Amino acid sequence: MTGQEFPGKLPNAFMTAGTSSFSEFLMQVAPELLPGRRPLPPGDFAAVSAHATTIVALRTADGVVMAGDRRATMGNYISSRDIEKVFPADGYSLVGIAGTAGLGIELVKLYQLELEHYEKIEGAPLTLNGKANRLATMLRGNLGIALQGLAVVPLFAGFDVDAASLDEAGKIYSFDVVGGIYAERDFDSIGSGSMFAKSSLKKRYRRDIGTEEAVKIAVESLYDAADDDSATGGPDPTRDLYPVVMTATAEGSKRIDEAVVADVARSVIAARTENPYG
Amino acid sequence: MAMQFYTSPEQIMRDRAEFARKNISRGRNVVVLSCADGVLLVAENVSSALHKVYELYDRIGFAAVGKYNEFENLRTAGVRMADLRGYSYDRRDVNAASLAKAYAQTLGAIFSEQTKPFEVEICVAGVGAGPQEDELYRLTFDGSINDEPGYLAMGGDADQLKEILAEGHDFEAPLADAFALALRALSSSGGNGTPRELTKEVLEVAVLERARPGRAFRRIEGLALEALLASPAAEAQAEAAAEETTEAADTDES
Repeated sequence: MTGQEFPGKLPNAFMTAGTSSFSEFLMQVAPELLPGRRPLPPGDFAAVSAHATTIVALRTADGVVMAGDRRATMGNYISSRDIEKVFPADGYSLVGIAGTAGLGIELVKLYQLELEHYEKIEGAPLTLNGKANRLATMLRGNLGIALQGLAVVPLFAGFDVDAASLDEAGKIYSFDVVGGIYAERDFDSIGSGSMFAKSSLKKRYRRDIGTEEAVKIAVESLYDAADDDSATGGPDPTRDLYPVVMTATAEGSKRIDEAVVADVARSVIAARTENPYG
Repeated sequence: MAMQFYTSPEQIMRDRAEFARKNISRGRNVVVLSCADGVLLVAENVSSALHKVYELYDRIGFAAVGKYNEFENLRTAGVRMADLRGYSYDRRDVNAASLAKAYAQTLGAIFSEQTKPFEVEICVAGVGAGPQEDELYRLTFDGSINDEPGYLAMGGDADQLKEILAEGHDFEAPLADAFALALRALSSSGGNGTPRELTKEVLEVAVLERARPGRAFRRIEGLALEALLASPAAEAQAEAAAEETTEAADTDES
């Protein structure tokens, strides 16, 4: 007897044991809700959606810091000045996105739910490596449309509660469109301004810096990215818009207060007014 | 060809109901009650790994008695249903009532369709903005759904427990008082009339915290549970239990 024979009962997919993954469940009951599974006609569709740009992440003595600018672009048009591209993935990890904004935000929403769903079903969260691998798996489903110009690339960072010592607890993983996953040693950046952000970090980053210092150099690296990349937005004091900065430490993942980031950004602007080359 | 004997539908349903009721009544009890700080879920459970009390969604909890594999099945279905709904609409569109209704349909279908009904009794609890807005639904093996605002008890001695809860329940009581009441109710059963002493090893406690934004479900375990057991209200309750036990022992001796 199957559930479908009797009206009112939940379909069998709901009652089947085996998977703790929400996206696998979604594949069975509502595949149309999965990002990236829509068939597209041949062609390049890069111009149809807004593009999210630069994200940086760096390891600190306490965990990790991730920051993202607030701009989204469509070609030479600025489609958003206040988009948020850095999110808490769960209690101890962060995810930022670059590329096709709409798909990226959808991917993050599904990913957050994926982690929460696993935690609820299993009664315990995934390990940090498990979370990163899961993100890579979800990304693989997007390859088809990524090759047609709708690529999404995330950056994942978190605090590994199972790490042997505090020094090893902060971890950063970068990805590519095919779902490749790469553990980063000190810092990484994604998006159109990443080249400039990385160059900035390369000169300023030191191992074992504290969170406060890391927030400063993250904001400064985004300033440098905005300086040279038209698709990255700099701090915007006229509209009171500053980068989104989050941390994942032993205390969990949290957003750095906007007022604090605003102060940091203003001090960066003040320093650059004196010396434009930092 | 084998002979088919006629059995009346009444007889079939009665047999099934009796079968389910008998097996559920063997289980230990679970108490769910709403108080000022949220919805408190307390189960007597000897296992620390196999839970009876779970999180379904942001403001919604789940408690069950009966056969583990069957309520686990229902719980998983509930989490999937809630997550699917929250994903396709919005997190605020997931509510306890719709989950309880889906459970009722499913349990009802299983009861009438399959030879063996589920030997479970479950509770879907939703925490609201105030204690009066909390939702507590109790669902039985045949798909009956009972809206029981304030408090409910499930398991073998549910009726007895409910009497104690009815006496002492107060919507405005703080968490510690509500816990003491739950403890008094749970310890009243199974001791042949005298209250038993329940230690933290056999208690599974969780709360849907009213004031907590987002996911309100929190397990109270380890030190937090010890602290709650050591709170004045619970202490008084344990002492009363101990006194009655000694009194009972004295009478036995004399």
